[in-house]
Amino acid sequence: MTVLRSALDDNSATYAANAEAMLAKLAEITAEQAKAIAGGGPKYTERHRSRGKLLARERIELLLDPDSPFLELSPLAAWGTEFAVGGSVVTGIGVVEGTECLISANDPTVRGGTSNPWTVRKSFRAHDIALANRLPVISLVESGGADLPTQKEIFIPGGRTFRDLTRLSAAGIPTIAIVFGNSTAGGAYLPGMSDHVVMISERSKVFLGGPPLVKMATGEESDDESLGGAQMHARTSGLADYLAADEQDAIRIGRRIVARLNWRKQGPGPAAAPAPPRYDEEQLLGIVPPDLRIPFDPREVIARVADGSDFDEFKPAYGVSLVTGWANVHGYPVGILANAQGVLFSAESQKAAQFIQLANQVDTPLIFLHNTTGYMVGSQYEQAGIIKHGAMMINAVSNSAVPHISILMGASYGAGHYGMCGRAYDPRFLFAWPSAKSAVMGPAQLAGVLSIVSRAAAQAAGRPFDEDADAAMKEMVAAQIEAESLPMFLSGRIYDDGIIDPRDTRTVLGLCLSVIHGAPVRGTSGYGVFRM
Amino acid sequence: MITRVLVANRGEIARRVFRTCRDLGLSTVAVYSDADRRSPHVAEADLAVRLAGEAAADTYLRADLLVDAALRSGADAVHPGYGFLSENAAFARAVQQAGLTWVGPPPAAIEAMASKIESKRLMAAAGVPVLPELSPDALTEADLPVLIKASAGGGGRGMRVVRTMAELPAGLAAARSEAVAAFGDGAVFCEPYLEAGRHLEVQILADAAGTVWTIGERECSIQRRHQKIIEEAPSPLAQRVTGMRERLLDAARAAACAVGYINAGTAEFLADDAGQFYFLEMNTRLQVEHPVTECTTGLDLVALQLQVAAGQRLPATPPDVTGHAIEVRLYAEDPASGWQPQSGTLHRFEVPGVLAEFAVLPKFGPPQVGRGQCGPALCGLRLDSGVTDGSEVGTRYDPMLAKVICWAPDRDQAAAMLAGALARARVHGLTTNRDLLVRVLRHPAFLAGQTDTAFLDRHGLDGLAAPLTDEHGAEVSALAAALADAAGRQVRAGVLGGLPSGWRNMPSAFQRKEYVRAGSQGRKASRYQVGYRVERGGLVVDGRDDVRLVSMAPEEVVLDIAGLIYRFEVAAYPGLTCVDSALGPAQLQPAGRFADAAGQAVTGSLLAPMPGVVARTGVAVGDEVAAGQPLLWLEAMKMEHVISAPVAGIVAELPVSAGQQVEVGAVLAVVKPQEDSSEFEQAQ
Repeated sequence: MTVLRSALDDNSATYAANAEAMLAKLAEITAEQAKAIAGGGPKYTERHRSRGKLLARERIELLLDPDSPFLELSPLAAWGTEFAVGGSVVTGIGVVEGTECLISANDPTVRGGTSNPWTVRKSFRAHDIALANRLPVISLVESGGADLPTQKEIFIPGGRTFRDLTRLSAAGIPTIAIVFGNSTAGGAYLPGMSDHVVMISERSKVFLGGPPLVKMATGEESDDESLGGAQMHARTSGLADYLAADEQDAIRIGRRIVARLNWRKQGPGPAAAPAPPRYDEEQLLGIVPPDLRIPFDPREVIARVADGSDFDEFKPAYGVSLVTGWANVHGYPVGILANAQGVLFSAESQKAAQFIQLANQVDTPLIFLHNTTGYMVGSQYEQAGIIKHGAMMINAVSNSAVPHISILMGASYGAGHYGMCGRAYDPRFLFAWPSAKSAVMGPAQLAGVLSIVSRAAAQAAGRPFDEDADAAMKEMVAAQIEAESLPMFLSGRIYDDGIIDPRDTRTVLGLCLSVIHGAPVRGTSGYGVFRM
Repeated sequence: MITRVLVANRGEIARRVFRTCRDLGLSTVAVYSDADRRSPHVAEADLAVRLAGEAAADTYLRADLLVDAALRSGADAVHPGYGFLSENAAFARAVQQAGLTWVGPPPAAIEAMASKIESKRLMAAAGVPVLPELSPDALTEADLPVLIKASAGGGGRGMRVVRTMAELPAGLAAARSEAVAAFGDGAVFCEPYLEAGRHLEVQILADAAGTVWTIGERECSIQRRHQKIIEEAPSPLAQRVTGMRERLLDAARAAACAVGYINAGTAEFLADDAGQFYFLEMNTRLQVEHPVTECTTGLDLVALQLQVAAGQRLPATPPDVTGHAIEVRLYAEDPASGWQPQSGTLHRFEVPGVLAEFAVLPKFGPPQVGRGQCGPALCGLRLDSGVTDGSEVGTRYDPMLAKVICWAPDRDQAAAMLAGALARARVHGLTTNRDLLVRVLRHPAFLAGQTDTAFLDRHGLDGLAAPLTDEHGAEVSALAAALADAAGRQVRAGVLGGLPSGWRNMPSAFQRKEYVRAGSQGRKASRYQVGYRVERGGLVVDGRDDVRLVSMAPEEVVLDIAGLIYRFEVAAYPGLTCVDSALGPAQLQPAGRFADAAGQAVTGSLLAPMPGVVARTGVAVGDEVAAGQPLLWLEAMKMEHVISAPVAGIVAELPVSAGQQVEVGAVLAVVKPQEDSSEFEQAQ
C-alpha cells in the first residue's frame, strides 16, 4: 500500500480562488444543462403531459432500478448550434433489473422529437458505446422522424442507425424498442431492427407510409390504426412482441425483458469493498487554477479518485512531467497517465509508450488525465528526436487494446491531446472538467503564430505591415480560438461524452469502468513499427 | 411421583407449563393439531404427539386422543392448561382412570362448579353473595338489562348482553350456538347485568390436607366483548374500599371449602363501585392472568399445582403480596374494525427489557430497570408468548399472541413501564391491539383506578384504538423506509453498488416511492408518497426542507427533523416494511411502481385462435361471467379448446352457436368488463 500524501491546503487563498473559479464555471454549465432538461419548454411540456404522456427523462426514471445511478451522455449536444441543447434525445447509461443498459429516449417536446444532425450524431455515439462495452440497448421511441429541413445532413449518414441496431444484435447485444408514439417512415425500422419490441395500445404508431402517402401511392383508403396501430402489430403483423396497456405498463414490460436476458458481463468484476479515497473529493474543486499556465500536481487528483488514495508510481524519477502509475478505482485496477508540468518531452513520451505496453501486458485499463500544452518544440528537442518519441507514444496509444478513459482536467493542446488519447483515439469514454480547454494550440500562441506568418509575408512582399490591423486580428483570433476551445463548445460538437463536476470524477470513472468490463478486457502485443 | 407431563393444550399456556416442568426437571410432552405443527410449543417439548386435523373439536377437545397421547408418550401426568378441556370433569376422570395424575382439582369439584346455575345455588348456601339467577323464559322488562351466559362457559364465549326484550330471542340463540361450539353444551342462563361493574377474582390454592390459600385478589375489569384484556393485582377497588379485600378473600375461601377444592382455582366476583360484590363463578383451573399473582408473590403457581397434584402439602400460609403487577393480553385483532381477528405471518415479535419468560421474575431486578428504585424485588417485565419471530397466526384458535406482564413497586410505575415497553415492542406483520393497550395504560381514568367493564365504551374506541403513530409520524416513517430501501439496494446491487445512491450527473427528478398504511373500518388507508434525492450536499426531500440525513443503512435511518434527531429502525419483509421510532410504530406496504401485471387483461373481443367447429357454448348474451369462466368450447385438430372470459363482466355478444364452423380470427364472444368501460381493467 502506497498512500499518496496530499499537500493541498484548502484554507489557502489559492485553493479558495481555484474553487471559486471552478464553481462559477459549474454554475454556467448547470444553467446550460437546465436548458436540456427543460426540453421544448413549458408550452410543449404541458401539451405532452396533457396527453397523459411522460417526459423522456420521466420514462427513463421509471425504467431504471430504484435508487440506481444514471449517467447521462452528451447532455449538451448541439450547444452553440441552431438546434436545441441536448439534440432532442436523451442518452445515458443506467441499471435496469440489475443490468447496465444504454438507454436512449427521444424528447418529443423538442420539435416533436424529430432528429436533427446532432440527434443523429449523439445517437451514433451512444451506439458506439453500447457496441464497445456490450451494453444492452433500450430505445424509448417517440419521434416525428427526420427534421426535414436538415434532411441533407441526416438522410445519408442516418442510415447507420438501423445498421447499428442489427450489428449490435449480430454481436449478441440485445436491443429493445419501446414505442411510445410515432415511429413512422424510416423510424419504423427502429422497432423493425430491434430484438424486442413493446408497443402501447392506442399510442404506438408504426408504419412506412401514413394514410395520405398510401392514398397517393396506391389509392387505398386507410387509417392510422390499420396501418400501424399497436393492436394491429401485436395481433396481425407480429412487429410488436408485447402489447402494453399504457406507458407504465410498457416500461414494466421493458424491465421484464431485461430481467429475462440473463445478461452476463464478459469482463472481470471489481474487488470487493474498495476503500474510499483518504482525501475529500470535494477538494477536487480547488486543484486546477483558472489560469492554465500555472501547473498543478495531478497526484492531488489521483489522491481523491483512487481507492484508498493508494497509488504505485512507475518511473517516478524519469520523465517527471508525466505521472504514470497503478491504482484501483471502485475496485477496478487501472493504469493512470497524468500530465504534471504540461509539456511532453522525449523522456515522458518514451515513459508513456512503455507504460501503455505494460498495461496491455496485464490487461489493465488506462486512464488519461489531461493537462498538456503539447510536445516540446525547439531545435534541441527536434534534434533529440521529439517527433520519433511523440510518435512512439501515439503509436502505443493508438494500438493499445485495453480500454481507455480520458478526462480533460485542464489544457489538452496540440499533439499532446492525441498522445493522451484524445477523442480521435477512441477512448471508451472522454469527459471534460469545466476547467478544460482543447485546441491545436493556445489562443494567444495561435494568434501570435498567425501574426508572425503574416508579418513575414508582408516583409517578403515588401508591403508595409499594419500593426493596428495585426493587433485587432490577434485579439479576434485569440477570442475565437478561446471560445472554440472551451468545454461547452466541444461538448456541443459531441467531442466529449459530457462535462462533469470534478467532484464526480471518481463516481463517473467507477461507473465507466464497470461498464467497460461488460466486454472482455484484453491488451495487445501488436503495435505499429516503433521508430527507435 | 410425576416425571413426565403432557400438556393437553397449545400456544402460550403449553409453553408456560413446559417452562416450569423444565425448571423442575420434568420431561414434557406436547400435543398439536395439524395447524400447529410448526408452533413454538411443539418445538419446545421433549416429545410431541400429533392430533390429526385442525378443528379444536377434532384435536384439542378430543379427550380420548389426549389420554391416548399421554399413554403412548409415557407421560404420568396431564396438565390441561386453560380453555379446551381444562374444566371438563369427564376428561379429568378419563385421565385418572388411565392411571395418570390429573394436574387440577378433583373431578367432583369441577362438576360442582361446572354448571353456573348449580354452583351459584351452592355458593348462596355457603353464604357467598350471589346475583339472582333469572330464567330466560320468565324475563320481564323490569329485569333488564341482563347477561346471558353459557352455563358451561368461560372466556366470554356464549355471553350476550340483552337490553331490550326484542333482543332476547336472538341473543339466546346466539349464546346457545356459541356455547355449543365452544363447550359442547348449549345450556344458558341469565343474571342481572351491571353496566359498569368491576371484575374481581381471588386466586385459590388448596392441598389435599385441607390447607386453603387465598393468594390475594386480581382485578380484570378492562374487557372487550366480555374478555379480559388488562388484568392487575392488587385491585385498585379493593385497595380503595376499606375492608373489601378481607370480605372478598373470605368469600373465596368459603367457596373453595364448599366444594372441597384442591389445586389451583379462581373465584370470580362482580363488584360495584361501592365494594359490594357477587359471586360469578369459580374457574377450576389455572387462569390466563395467573402471572400477575406470581409477580406480586414470587410464587410459581404451576409448580405448586404439580406439587399439590403429586400429593405434597402447602405451607400454612402464602407469602405476602408486594407491589403491583399488570398484565396485558396482546391479540392479533383490529380493535378499530370490530375486533376482527387477524391472520398472517408475525415476522418479528420482540418486547424490550424482558427479564423473564414464563417464569417468576428474578429475585433481584437489575437496578437499571424501573426508575432505579425497585431495589431487591421482583421488578421488571415478564413475557408469556405463544409466538416467536416468523410464527404463522391463523384464525382457527384464540387470537391471543402473548401476555406481557410488568411488576413495579406501585401501580403508576407498573403502568408506565408496561406502556413504554409495549410502545417500543417490535410487532411486525400483523395488526394487533397493542396501540389500544398502550393508550389504555396511559389513560388518566385508568391511572386513577377508574376501571370497570364499560371502560372501552365510555372512553370510546375512536381515541383508544387510534394508531400510536399519527399521520406526520407515518409520513416521516415512510421517508425512512424509502431511504433504508435505498441503502439496502446499494448493498444488494450486483453492479454499481459502490456509487452514491441514485446518483445523477443531470438531476431532473426525485426518487419516488409510495407506501400504504392499511386502514380499518373507522380509518381510511393512507398513502404516503415520498420524493427524495441524496445529493452531494445531503438529502433533499420533496415538499419539506426541515429534514437532514444523519445516516442511512438498510436497517437503520437517522434523520434530523427540525433539529430533533430521530432513529428509525426499519425492517423490510416481502410486501411489508415496518418502521419503529420515537414517533411510533408504522407498518407500511410498499406500493409497486407498476400496476400488478396479473391484474391487467386485455378485454374485448375473443377471437378464434384457429379454424374449428364450435363444440358447445356455456353462456348466453347478457350473462354475468366471472374472470376465467369458460364461455364456449372450440373443436379443432381433434382437440377441444376452451375460450374463457378474460375478465369479470357481461357477455355482450355471442355471434356463434354450437356446430358452427369458424375461421381463425373470427369473433367468438365479446365480454364487457364490469364497472369499467375502458378497454383495460385494473383489477384490485
